[in-house]
Amino acid sequence: MPLFEVQDLRVTFHTDDGDVRAVQGMSFSLDRGETLGIVGESGSGKSVSTQTVVGLVNGAEVSGSAVFDGVDLLQASEKTMRGLRGESISMIFQDPLTSLHPLYKVGDQIAEAVKAHRKISRSDARARAVQLLRDVGIPNPEGRAREYPHKFSGGMRQRAMIAMALALEPKMLIADEPTTALDVTVQAQILDLIERLRTEHQTAVILITHDMGVVAEVADKVVVMYAGRPVEVADTRSLFTEPHHPYTQGLLRSIPAFAARLDKLEAIPGAPPSLMVEQTGCPFAPRCPHVVTACTTSVPPLEPAGSAPGHLSACIRSRHAVGVDATDGSAGQSAPSGESTSWKGSASV
Amino acid sequence: MSTVTAPAGPTVHPAGDNLLEITDLVKHFPIKSGSLLGRTVGQVRAVDGVTLSVRRGRTLGLVGESGCGKSTLARVVTALQPATSGSIKLNGTELTTLRSGQMRGLRRQVQMVFQDPYGSLNPRRRVGSILGEPYAIHDGPKGKDRQQAVQQLLERVGLSSDHYNRFPTEFSGGQRQRLGIARALALRPELVVCDEPVSALDVSIQAQVLNLLEDLQDEFGLTYLFIAHDLSVVRHVSDEVAVMYLGKIVERGPVESLYSRPRHPYTNALLSAVPDPSAAAQRGTSTRIVLTGDVPSPAAPPSGCRFHTRCPKAQDLCSQEEPLLRPTPEDPEHVFACHYPVAAGEPLSIGTWSESAQAAVPRRAPSPARTSITKNREGSA
Repeated sequence: MPLFEVQDLRVTFHTDDGDVRAVQGMSFSLDRGETLGIVGESGSGKSVSTQTVVGLVNGAEVSGSAVFDGVDLLQASEKTMRGLRGESISMIFQDPLTSLHPLYKVGDQIAEAVKAHRKISRSDARARAVQLLRDVGIPNPEGRAREYPHKFSGGMRQRAMIAMALALEPKMLIADEPTTALDVTVQAQILDLIERLRTEHQTAVILITHDMGVVAEVADKVVVMYAGRPVEVADTRSLFTEPHHPYTQGLLRSIPAFAARLDKLEAIPGAPPSLMVEQTGCPFAPRCPHVVTACTTSVPPLEPAGSAPGHLSACIRSRHAVGVDATDGSAGQSAPSGESTSWKGSASV
Repeated sequence: MSTVTAPAGPTVHPAGDNLLEITDLVKHFPIKSGSLLGRTVGQVRAVDGVTLSVRRGRTLGLVGESGCGKSTLARVVTALQPATSGSIKLNGTELTTLRSGQMRGLRRQVQMVFQDPYGSLNPRRRVGSILGEPYAIHDGPKGKDRQQAVQQLLERVGLSSDHYNRFPTEFSGGQRQRLGIARALALRPELVVCDEPVSALDVSIQAQVLNLLEDLQDEFGLTYLFIAHDLSVVRHVSDEVAVMYLGKIVERGPVESLYSRPRHPYTNALLSAVPDPSAAAQRGTSTRIVLTGDVPSPAAPPSGCRFHTRCPKAQDLCSQEEPLLRPTPEDPEHVFACHYPVAAGEPLSIGTWSESAQAAVPRRAPSPARTSITKNREGSA
């Protein structure tokens, strides 16, 4: 049994302007010591889906299930959730400055997290906080524990947040864009730290990011989200070598690191759809180079695609072994030929 | 003062194809004490002796971590901040000594695209008024002509002329950045300084904006000073790249040479830290050089080589003597400032790097004695 399994999660916010369907059918599972990457652009629902399962979203209509270690988090009482958060599930957020309280010393904030869940004396909690700061590589941890967050640099704040998240050795860590606000050199330090956690403590990690490079380096498997839906699920290697969904392909092709030798980046035209409008077809259809009429009549479900087991894609082309016959409506789009230049050995399309 | 510009006309200009020449540029910000008198108690040395040039119609990429002074450099080049010392020449005209009246004419030639597409457009003004303002300031077309010019601009950057009467809030991030680019283009500048123009955008939108910038460069012969922290973006757009660390250029060279044969340990570390999407295929084999510690404060930069506190190759000499930029043997255009450069093909195993770097973790403020040694050395060198 997986440690954490989310099935058909749906989150809708009712607003005065209409319903915002932030997440529409998110499913994934995660084992101990495994890292799951969730990638997608702003507004794709990657943050909302994880915040919902840990009970940080208020006032939304939620359906589906999210079973963590035998407990359905969506049905659990607030008291159960409070016991789980911090103890078994920890989160770190994108912005380390606003996630730390500016008026409390960093060491006290970490000690508080420990004291909330363990019967432990104040001095022991403080000693534990210093030890945690040392573990995450903060120099002079005794002195730093007595300082306020504003004295910490961005990378050190994020490390302090990680120290806090690790305080109780959780079974699962949810890292929501943990390195987006940081420089690449500091990002490398933080990613190493998260990787170390996973190997030393068998922590399961959900890494939410928009950076395909980060995912490629640390994730075991990946969910690609678009407009509130998972459009492709695969193990990392298979996703990067045989991307199936046109959106994933477009996303990879628009990354300069990949396209360094290409003259021009292949941008995906247009912008993601509004989440206020009910989707009657594939959400990516308006921007897709391979769109056919069937794309706009029903929302394609996740179906096995490609050669690797467990590789799923929500594209009607996955029904055809080779999707070329489905591109008849693409009207002279040059995408298939472009693929052959940027993708070695990915002739799945 | 105005006569300074006269002899150095474009025709006498020695390196005729350099649009922008920055020589020994320094920008220090005073640190004032809290008292009423506000005495200056120190200097933040944001830009500390930078020499760069940008060829006409080309792109110079400037990379570095936050706080290295790259944005300050952009602001000094666009004359939004006065330089402390040094020289900035645009088309052979010295910018640092211009009076404000003369400055106005020059501002037509230098425009800027900002990082934050949300903060850089006035939310209370319509698109027509935002994009029309450069014309209003610089005696451009008026009335109907101005509207037509703005609408042409909108279409040129991939928006619709119907957007003329909209407010910025009605646009997405990528569209707003297009508006920022349109505003910078209104006066047909020669030099466009792009300060992190795509870092606030999603990747698929980022590619659209980068492509637009490239098209516009070809069409109008623009010269870009392109500042970004994303090394793969810089590689994609730049002809030449300069790497900045704590107010100084540590390495500079043609893009391919610098990316394939980085000589400075900092450049090596920076490049290896970039997560590589193609790493997925060969997981576990990547050799990432993890730098420990943070960038030291530019108010008290380390003595000698400023990178020595984090450098895995640092030796005694590095803390004593500041290395000067010198060319690589293979390519005189490719210069670096390091006593112990990384040799081509030198194995950079992660273990040795982080181990030796660990020893240098405590950020030592340079002692007065050390600083004086540096000065003496510099004097004698």
